[in-house]
Amino acid sequence: MNVLRKQDLKILAASFVGFCVLYALMSEGIIGAFWQFNLILVGINIILSVSLNLINGYTGQFSLGHAGFMAIGAYVSAILTTNFHMTFLLALIIGALGAAVLGFLIGLPTLRLSGDYLAIATLGLGEIIRITIMNIEYVGGAAGFMGIPHYTTFPWVFGIMLFTLFVIKNFVNSAHGRACIAIRENEIAAEAMGVNTTKYKVMAFTIGAAFAGLAGGLFAHCFYIINPTSFTFMASFNYLIMVVMGGLGSITGSIAGAFVLTVISAALASWPEFRMIIYSLLLILLMFYRPQGLFGNIEIMDLKCFSRFKGGRN
Amino acid sequence: MELLKATNVSKLFGGLKAVSNFDVYINTGELIGLIGPNGAGKTTAFNLFTGVYQPTTGAIDFDGKSLLGMKPYQITQRGIARTFQNIRLFSELTVLDNVKIAYQAHVKYGILESVLRIGRYFKEEDTIEKNAIELLKIFKLDDKKYEFAKNLPYGAQRRLEIARALAAKPKLLLLDEPAAGMNPQETQELMEMIRWIRKEFGLTILLIEHDMSLVMGICERIYVLEYGSIIAKGKPAEIKNNPEVIRAYLGMEVE
Repeated sequence: MNVLRKQDLKILAASFVGFCVLYALMSEGIIGAFWQFNLILVGINIILSVSLNLINGYTGQFSLGHAGFMAIGAYVSAILTTNFHMTFLLALIIGALGAAVLGFLIGLPTLRLSGDYLAIATLGLGEIIRITIMNIEYVGGAAGFMGIPHYTTFPWVFGIMLFTLFVIKNFVNSAHGRACIAIRENEIAAEAMGVNTTKYKVMAFTIGAAFAGLAGGLFAHCFYIINPTSFTFMASFNYLIMVVMGGLGSITGSIAGAFVLTVISAALASWPEFRMIIYSLLLILLMFYRPQGLFGNIEIMDLKCFSRFKGGRN
Repeated sequence: MELLKATNVSKLFGGLKAVSNFDVYINTGELIGLIGPNGAGKTTAFNLFTGVYQPTTGAIDFDGKSLLGMKPYQITQRGIARTFQNIRLFSELTVLDNVKIAYQAHVKYGILESVLRIGRYFKEEDTIEKNAIELLKIFKLDDKKYEFAKNLPYGAQRRLEIARALAAKPKLLLLDEPAAGMNPQETQELMEMIRWIRKEFGLTILLIEHDMSLVMGICERIYVLEYGSIIAKGKPAEIKNNPEVIRAYLGMEVE
C-alpha cells in the first residue's frame, strides 16, 4: 500500500514542476495573455469533466445537468465576494456547498430514474436552475451579474484542480468508490452484494455537484461578469463530450479530454468560420476510430510504460 | 434452530400466482435443495428471500427477525448472500475487484478517511485485499485475479460468483443453479466444493438445481415446487420415489 503513497508523491512532484515551468513561462511573457487565459479555462474544465466523470463514468448515472450546478457555485460565490466582500476561498467553499446541497436535493428523487430518463430529467433541472437565475433581479437577470472581482489566477486554478483530482482519485479507489463502480457494472448484483445503491448514487451526484460548484466559483471570478447564457445545456454537453472523449471511468482521460477540447477550441479561435466544423469532424473521427475514448477506462499509470514506477506490482 | 422460515408466502404478478402458500424452513447448518420444472417459481422464491420481491401475503423470518419490507442490501448485510441463475458478475472489472466489492458491507472507514487516506483506510484495504485473495485461492482463481471477469471461462465465472457471495460473509447462502452449463466432471468438483465451503465457513445452504445427481448427492432435504406450490418434501430417497414428483417431471401415462 505504500506503493500508492509513493506514486502520489511522484505525481505531486511532477505536477509541481509542471506548474513552476508554466508559471515561469507566464511571468516571462512567453505564454501570452490569450493562452494564459485558456490555461485557466483548461484547469476549470478539468475540474468539471473529472467531477462529471464521477457521476457518468464511475457510477454510470447519465447526468446532463452539470452546468446547472456550476451556475449555482458561480452565482453564490460571486454574490459573496462582490456584495459581502468575503474572502475568495471562503466564497468558493460556500458556493461548492450550495451546489452540493442542491445536488443532494435533486439527486434524491431523480436518481430513481435510469438511463435516458435520468438524462432528460437532469437536463430539465439544469435548465430550471438557469431560468430561475435569469429571473432573479438581485443577480442581474438575463443581463448578468456584474462587477465581480478578478480573483481567479493560474495558481488558484492549478491548486484547486490538483485538490479535486486527488479527492476524486482517492474516492474511486476506496471501498466507497468500488460501490459506485459496482452500480455502474450491474445494479442488481451490487444491491445483492450489500451495496446501498440509492445512497451511493446520491453520494456520487452530490460530490460531483460540489466540485462543479467549485469550478463555477473559479469561472465567475475570471470574467468580471457572469451571464446565465454561460450555463445552458450546451455547456453541460460540452463537459459530457470531454468526459466521453477522454474515456468514461478514467481520470486521466477526463484531463486529456478537457485539455484537448479546450486547446483545440482556443487554437481555432482565429478561424471562427471553420471552428465548429473542424471541432465536430474531430469528434466524429474520434468516436469512429476510438469509441471507448482516448483512454478507455484505464489510467495513464496503468499503461505498460509506467509499470516500472509501480514497484513491481502487476 | 430455524435460520430461515417462510410461512404461507404467496407472490402474485397480476393474475399469475408465481408462488402460493409456500411453507419452508431451513435449520442452521442444513443443506437444502429446491427443485421443480421450469417456471415452477424457484427463482421467485429466491427473490422473495433476498428482498428483490416483497411477498403479497405471508411472512419470512431470518435468524428470528422478519425480512418483510427490507431492501436487498439490508438483507445481505443481515447475512443472506446469493448467486444468480444468469451470471451477474461485474464483467468489466477484475476478478479481484469483483470479490472486493462484496466486502463493502463490512467496511468501517468513512468517506473522509478514504479521501484523505488516513485512519483505518490502509489497514482495512490491506485486510480486504488479503481476504479476497485467500478466498480466490479456495476457488482456484487466484492466478487470474487481474483478469477481467468477462474473460473467464464459464465454469470459472460460476465459481467466482460463489466466491463473491461468500465475501459478503453470509450465514445463509442461496445458490441459483450453480451447476448450470457445467460438464459432469465440473459438476462433481462443484459438489465437493459446496460440501467443503459449507463445513469450512459453517454455512447453511439452499440451492436450486436441475442436475439431479448433484441435488440427490449432497442435499439433506429437498423441496419440490410445481406451479408455485410445494408438491413434495423430504429426504432425497423419498423424493426419488414420490409419484407426484415423477408425474411433475415426466408427465403421466395416458390410460
